[in-house]
Amino acid sequence: MDKDKVTGRAVYINDMKLPRMLYGKILYSSRPHARIKNIDTSQAEKLHGVRAVLTGFNTPDVRVGFIGDQTPLKKEKVRQFRDEVAAVAAIDEDTAEEALDLIRVEYEDLPALFDPIEAMKKDAPLIHEFDARGKPRRNNILPLPWKLAVGDIDSARTESAYVVKDDFRTQWVHQACMGTSGGIAEFDVNDNLIFRSVTNVPFGGKDRLDMFLKNIGIKGHTRVLTPNVGGSFGSKLDTDIYEFILVLLAWKTRCPVKIVFSRREEFLASPPRQPLIATVEQGCDKNGRLTFRSVNMILDNGAYTSWGATTPSVMMIPMSSLYRVPNVLFQATCVYTNNIYAQAMRGYGNPQATYVVEQSMDQLAESAGIDPMDFRKINANIPYETSPMGLKITTCPMKECLDAVETKLHWQEKRGKKNGRGVGVASFIHVGGGARVYLSDAQGIIVKVDDEGNVGVITGATDQGQGSETIVRQMVAEATGFSPENVSIFTGDTEVCPWDVGTHASRHTFITGHAILMVAEKVKKKVLDLAAKWMASLIEQDLKKRARVDPDFKEPDLDLLVLSDPGNLDIKSGTVFIKSDPDNPYFRMAASRILRKAHLVGTGKGEMVIAEAFYDPPNEMLDREGKGNLSCCYTFGTHGVEVEVDRETGQVKILNYVAAHDVGRAINPMLVQGQIYGATVMGVGYGLTEEIQVNHGRVMNPNLLDYKLLTAKDFIPIETVIIEPFEPTGPFGAKGIGEPACVPSAPAIVNAIYDAVGVRIKELPVTPEKILAALKEKKDS
Amino acid sequence: MKQTIRFTVNGDSVQVDVYPHWNLLRVLRDELELTGAKQGCGEGECGACTVLVNGAPINSCIYPVVEVEGKDVLTIEGLVGKDNGLHPIQTAFLEKAGVQCGFCTPGMIMSAKALLDRTPNPTEDQIRHAIAGNMCRCTGYVQIVDSISYAAEIMSRAE
Repeated sequence: MDKDKVTGRAVYINDMKLPRMLYGKILYSSRPHARIKNIDTSQAEKLHGVRAVLTGFNTPDVRVGFIGDQTPLKKEKVRQFRDEVAAVAAIDEDTAEEALDLIRVEYEDLPALFDPIEAMKKDAPLIHEFDARGKPRRNNILPLPWKLAVGDIDSARTESAYVVKDDFRTQWVHQACMGTSGGIAEFDVNDNLIFRSVTNVPFGGKDRLDMFLKNIGIKGHTRVLTPNVGGSFGSKLDTDIYEFILVLLAWKTRCPVKIVFSRREEFLASPPRQPLIATVEQGCDKNGRLTFRSVNMILDNGAYTSWGATTPSVMMIPMSSLYRVPNVLFQATCVYTNNIYAQAMRGYGNPQATYVVEQSMDQLAESAGIDPMDFRKINANIPYETSPMGLKITTCPMKECLDAVETKLHWQEKRGKKNGRGVGVASFIHVGGGARVYLSDAQGIIVKVDDEGNVGVITGATDQGQGSETIVRQMVAEATGFSPENVSIFTGDTEVCPWDVGTHASRHTFITGHAILMVAEKVKKKVLDLAAKWMASLIEQDLKKRARVDPDFKEPDLDLLVLSDPGNLDIKSGTVFIKSDPDNPYFRMAASRILRKAHLVGTGKGEMVIAEAFYDPPNEMLDREGKGNLSCCYTFGTHGVEVEVDRETGQVKILNYVAAHDVGRAINPMLVQGQIYGATVMGVGYGLTEEIQVNHGRVMNPNLLDYKLLTAKDFIPIETVIIEPFEPTGPFGAKGIGEPACVPSAPAIVNAIYDAVGVRIKELPVTPEKILAALKEKKDS
Repeated sequence: MKQTIRFTVNGDSVQVDVYPHWNLLRVLRDELELTGAKQGCGEGECGACTVLVNGAPINSCIYPVVEVEGKDVLTIEGLVGKDNGLHPIQTAFLEKAGVQCGFCTPGMIMSAKALLDRTPNPTEDQIRHAIAGNMCRCTGYVQIVDSISYAAEIMSRAE
C-alpha cells in the first residue's frame, strides 16, 4: 500500500471517476439563524448540464445524526452558516458551481446565539424548538448530562491543606486532514447503494446509510467501499451530511454522484473539535497528595450533534484517573449555539481535559510549595490499581516517564529561573486496549492460505495512514508461521470483509492483534494437521525420486511416524519442521507444497486452509454513573518541554522536547515513533498556533494560510523515550498508541511558558498577542 | 476558446486542448489522468500538487497551464523506472516511514527531488526549507526529513 503511495498509484476518492458520474455541489446557508421563506431553484434547473436540484422541499423529511437533530437539507430554518439548503448534481464541477449561483433563497433572520453561556440562559431563544420525536424543547442544553461523581468533594475540600480554583478555555480546532472529505454514491439496478466513502468506520457508516435508505423508502442495502483515506483524526468517524445528500442525488439521478470538498468547504462544513469553558478546583494535603478534583465544563456544541458531544465520556478518564485522586466530581454540559457544530478529534476530548487538569496541577503544586515534577511523582498512577472511575490499570510506568523527562530535560537545573527560559511538564492517561463505546468493540477477521503459501487476510478494519498494514502483516506472519512478504491484506469492502467497529480509539493494533492471535491458532492447526497427513508420503516420494536419479544416494533411516502427530510439528517462515529436530533437512518442507497436495488429492478429498475469528475484548461500557473499565489497559506518558519566550515579541521557541511514552511492547518501533512525532506536532499546534476563528458563527479563516498548521520550518526537537512494559492484556504485549501523544503537548508548553516568564495563559492557543497582553497586565499590576 | 499546447510529461510529449484559465494540475489530473499529484487546497498553500517544471518545484494547482508550453514536466509517476524500479527517494520514504496517509507524499517527494538534484548532500535546515511549502498532518515531518537525508545518502553512495 505504501509503495502505491510513494509512486502516485494509490487511489484516493479525489482520483476516482466512474462511467456516467455526475458531480455534486452543496449550497450552504448565508445566515447563522433564520427562517427559510422560499427557495427558488427554477433558474438552476434550467441550466444546461444540471441533472438534479434538491432542497428540503423536494426530498423526504428524514432526520439524521446521532440524536436526530437535523435533516440533510434544511427546510424550515437554518441554524448555522454551514447549513445545507440546496444541492445540485451536474455533468461537471463548473456547471454544478454555476447552478448554485442561480439558486435564490429568501431568509427571515432570527436572533442568533454564539456564546454557549448566553445560550444557556433561561430566556435565550431556542435553536431547536422540537426534539427528534417532536417534543417541544425548553432550552438549548443537549439531553446528554455528563456526570461522574466519586467520593465526597465537600469534606475533601474542608480537609485539604491547599486548594486552587481557576477557569480555562480552549478553542475550535480542525482535524485539517490533507485529503479533504468526499464520497461517491451510486445505486445498482436492484436499488442497492454502493457508497465509496473515506470513512474509518465502514460498518458504522453502512448502518447509518442503511437506516437512511429505509427511512426514505428505498428497499436496497448499502455496500461501503473505502479507498485510501487521506487522514482522519476524527473527521471521518460520523456519516456527514454531505454523504446523505450524495445518496439523495444518486437516487434522484440514478447516476453515480461524487462530492469532494474544497479546502474552504472542509473548514466550513466538516465538523471540528469544539471549544470549552472549564472551571477546575483541586486540593491536596500538606504532603502534596491530591484530595479531590472538581471540574465543571461547558462545551459549545454548535447547531447540531455529532460525536463531539460524546467526548466528555472519554474526558472522564483523565478527569478521574490522571494521577491518583480519591474524590472526583466532573460535569459537562453541551450547549446548542448557532456556531458550526462539533465532531471528535484525535484524543476524543482528552487533550482538552488534560490541558485543564495539568494547568491546575501546576497551580496546586505552586500553592503547596512543591516542585511541579515532584508533585506529579507524589500523585503518579501506579500499576495494578483500580481508579475511582473503575478503570483497572494494569502496567503503568508513569513514574518512569516522569523520571525520563526530568533527566533528559535537565529539569532541576533549568526550572524556576523566570529568565525567559522555562520548563514545563504534563502527563496523560489514555485508553490502550480498545474502548467499548458501542455495545461491541469487536473485530472479525478471515485468514486463508493458498497452495503457493500466500496468506490472505480479510479484515473490516481500515487504515488512515498509521501503517496498520505493516503491523498486521508482521503480526499475522509471526502468529501463523509464514513470512511477512507472503501476507497480503484485503480491506475496505463491507460486502466481503467481516465486521469491525471501526478504526478509532487507538484500538486497531490491540484489537486486530488479538483477532489475529485467535485466527492464527486455527490456521496453524489446519496447516499442521495437513502436514501430519501428507508430509510423510511426500518425503518418501522425494527420497525415492532422489534414489532414482542418484544411484549413490543412500536413503537415511528416518522415523516418519513422528510426522503423523501434528503436535510434533511447527511452522516458521512458511516451512514446516519437527520441533525435536528443527534443522533436519529431510523433515523440513514448504507449507505450500503440503497445501498443494491437500488441494489436489483427488475426487472429493481436497482440503483448503481458511479460518475466521471474531474478537470482542473483555472491556466494559460505562454504566449510568459513568463508571466501568472502558478499556483492557491504559497507556501513560509524560511530555516535557523547554521554551524560550521573547518578552518583546511574545514569540515562543521550543528549545527541547521530550516525549516519554508507555507503549506496551512496540511491535514496530519506527511506526510507534511516527505516531508520537505526528501527534506531538499536532498537539503543539493546538497549544500555540491552531484556531478556527469563528466570529458571529462565521469561520473567518477557512484556508491553510490563515489556519496555522505547523510546517517543516517550525522545528520541534522531539526526543522520544519509548518505555516498553510487556502488557499482559495486549497482543504480543502491545498497547494502542495512535492518539495520546497529542494530549499532553499543549499543557506542557503552557506550564513551561509560566516557568519562563511567570504568566499563565488560560485560553488556547497561546499566541504572542496573549503572552504580551499577560506580561503587560502583570507589569501594570 | 480552447488553445492547443505542447509539452513533455515524464519524457513523453503531449498535446492538449486547454482553456487559458486552467491550471496545470487540472490538466495533469483530468486530461492526462496522472492523478499522483493531489489537490489539497487549490490555493498554492499545501504543496500536495507539487511537480517539477524544467526541474523546479511548483504548485501545479496555481500554475497556469499555458505557461508550460514547450517545457518538461516531471510528476511522481515519472520517478518510477519502466521496470517498476523505485527512485531512491521513494525507497527512502518507505524505509524511514516518511509515509502515513500518503496524501502529501507525491508532492513531498517531488520537492525532495528538486532539492537533491541541486544539493546532493543537504543539511537538515536545507531539507526543512525545501519542504516548507509541503504540509503534512500525519508525520510531524520528522520521519520525512529522515527519509530525505537517507535518500541523499543512498544517492551519493550510488554515484
